[in-house]
Amino acid sequence: MTTAPSRPAAADAAAPPAPAGNPYALTHLDALEAEAVHIFREVAGEFERPVILFSGGKDSILMLHLALKAFRPAAVPFGLLHVDTGHNFPEVIAYRDRVVAKHGLRLDVASVQEYIDNGRLRERPDGTRNPLQTVPLLEAIEKNRFDAVFGGGRRDEEKARAKERVFSLRDEFGAWDPRRQRPELWQLYNGRHTPGEHVRVFPISNWTELDVWQYIARERIELPEIYYAHERDVFNRNGMWLTAGEWGGPKEGETVERRLVRYRTVGDMSCTGAVDSDARDVQAVIAEVAASRLTERGATRADDKLSEAAMEDRKREGYF
Amino acid sequence: MTATTDTTGSAGAAATEALTRATSLLRFATAGSVDDGKSTLVGRLLHDSKSVLADQLEAVEHASKRRGQEAPDLALLTDGLRAEREQGITIDVAYRYFATQRRRFILADTPGHVQYTRNMVTGASTAELAVVLVDARNGVVEQTRRHLAVAALLRVPQVVLAVNKMDLVDWAEPVFAAIAAEFGAHAERLGVPEVTAIPLSALAGDNVVEPSAHMDWYAGPTLLEHLETVAVDTDPSEDPVRFPVQYVIRPQSEEHRDYRGYAGQLVSGVLRVGDPVTVLPSGLTTTVAAIDTLDGEEAELAWAPQSVTVRLADDVDVSRGDLIAGAPAPEPVKDVEATVCHLHERPLRIGDKVLLRHTTRTVRAVVKDLPYRLDVATLERADRPEELRLNDLGHVVLRTSEPLALDPYAANRRTGSFILIDQADGTTLTAGMAGEAF
Repeated sequence: MTTAPSRPAAADAAAPPAPAGNPYALTHLDALEAEAVHIFREVAGEFERPVILFSGGKDSILMLHLALKAFRPAAVPFGLLHVDTGHNFPEVIAYRDRVVAKHGLRLDVASVQEYIDNGRLRERPDGTRNPLQTVPLLEAIEKNRFDAVFGGGRRDEEKARAKERVFSLRDEFGAWDPRRQRPELWQLYNGRHTPGEHVRVFPISNWTELDVWQYIARERIELPEIYYAHERDVFNRNGMWLTAGEWGGPKEGETVERRLVRYRTVGDMSCTGAVDSDARDVQAVIAEVAASRLTERGATRADDKLSEAAMEDRKREGYF
Repeated sequence: MTATTDTTGSAGAAATEALTRATSLLRFATAGSVDDGKSTLVGRLLHDSKSVLADQLEAVEHASKRRGQEAPDLALLTDGLRAEREQGITIDVAYRYFATQRRRFILADTPGHVQYTRNMVTGASTAELAVVLVDARNGVVEQTRRHLAVAALLRVPQVVLAVNKMDLVDWAEPVFAAIAAEFGAHAERLGVPEVTAIPLSALAGDNVVEPSAHMDWYAGPTLLEHLETVAVDTDPSEDPVRFPVQYVIRPQSEEHRDYRGYAGQLVSGVLRVGDPVTVLPSGLTTTVAAIDTLDGEEAELAWAPQSVTVRLADDVDVSRGDLIAGAPAPEPVKDVEATVCHLHERPLRIGDKVLLRHTTRTVRAVVKDLPYRLDVATLERADRPEELRLNDLGHVVLRTSEPLALDPYAANRRTGSFILIDQADGTTLTAGMAGEAF
């Protein structure tokens, strides 16, 4: 496997045009950034033990970047929690460790592999570990008494997420009960909860995939290399290009071939597909996303194809 | 599913290129019942602006076929969750996102049938524009007056009247003109500053994204054109500075030993280094020593709605919940009169003890009086109601444990609004707007 050239590339195309007329006009990226920072600061002001869910995917990297901006010149007043499926892209783990060291962050890891090894979780027949993340996540929240858990979920991703609040109340089982969700008016986020409950907080709720990429370009945020086009040994399963590896692929009848691909989302290796792409830098990715005819999850997530309400079901059980 | 891009010739490429640039952001809300064709209109906006991607459209086509429909039912794009159908509830607002070459949009899509008042109040609270839908065959009905009143109450700056189903009234101008006149008169009574009326057919697509071939008597913009071009950026330099302190930044590091910055989002006005400011509720006055941007640079000025960090000249005691205000500063009060919308099944009664959340400040409050309930369709007052129930609008008198730096809601949507919270379980009970509604 070869890796693509170093990133990020020039940010020129994302630079805001001179605002016509109103000198106080903000671009959509400025407005989204101000809103997300406001949410981070609200949580820091209202909660005792917040934590950022960090997968090494672009949305969690974006969250960390916004958190760093929200509290500078002080350090981010909370750490990271990685729910590790054990099926990781090595580039992503390397990236995670670099970021943690660079910013002196606290990192907690909840390991799905450990749960499987000690028999508390069982491997699924399809080898997918994404649904197995819920138990280690909830137990890590309980053990560390995290009261606010930042997630990188965006409402444009999926229809169950279109109705998610910025502050999403979870009961002592981590479950999301639509009846108990609170109306969110103005920018008044209500984070009150009783002992044992916690709040999931989604500071980039209002961002779309394209916004995320434009902001990555503008801020010159470094991402794991697998987000950019590179040659990779892959095989086709259910219409997605999966990376061959120890987790259980390819099976008999599936042939490995070398293709120019990139990852549009980063998750568990067994169910995250690569897409054919020659987008080697951030501007090429922005152009590709703008022209794309498939949603990011539709194109790359096997677990969301399981049923029409797949995401909704997992969310109610306490998934991200 | 291996292909990711679709190159649709040079026009498509140019449009795609435009999507990659920074633009402005418009938050808007829609109001209307199912029968008015709201879901179809929202679906049409998303579909015709090319915001619906192939896999989403495929899902809608499948679902439509299962229900025996030939054409894809665009209303299904905004379909509810299974949990909602099973429990017979409606989650108040679904957010939709789309972009054109000119603007990025956040649409708060509020269901019209059940619990409409609570839902629309929630969706309208952050909206800069509201689209009120009317069925051309029925004209202005009670629900139209309700929707318009809620938009007026929440002080949504721009209102669009979308007269839908023009195809069913033979595209007749007099029908449209009569509805627009009646709606406009009602809007004026409610103090709505500006109404734009657009005749359209969501089903046929006329005047939603593409101009209508059937209504040459209408020379105005299509709905999307209007959404793309309407001026919503107000000039913040005309508003007094309001900066609620969210968090105190004290790095206590070698490099920043004496740094003490107040982090927050400017909710109105333009703040400059050197400006005299008042810290509320204490009333202490000082000046702005520095403004630090999110990029870690010092700026000469900042304006709403930027998030920044402010340093003050004097070592005054400032913490989360305080308001840094420019002149004229509000007079902190403990007696609050407000128009409210009750949001929860648990009713609100005189004597109830609650928490009141205003900007970044939470205080205790007691309901002293309920002078009247307001009928949102007729604006008639029912004096001295026993309680306010879910979806009721009314006037309340509250007494708070500590003073609040409250502006009238009519002057400032952010520093004039609050929510009431149940002390025991944290439930959001009521949305409040300081002052008299109409």
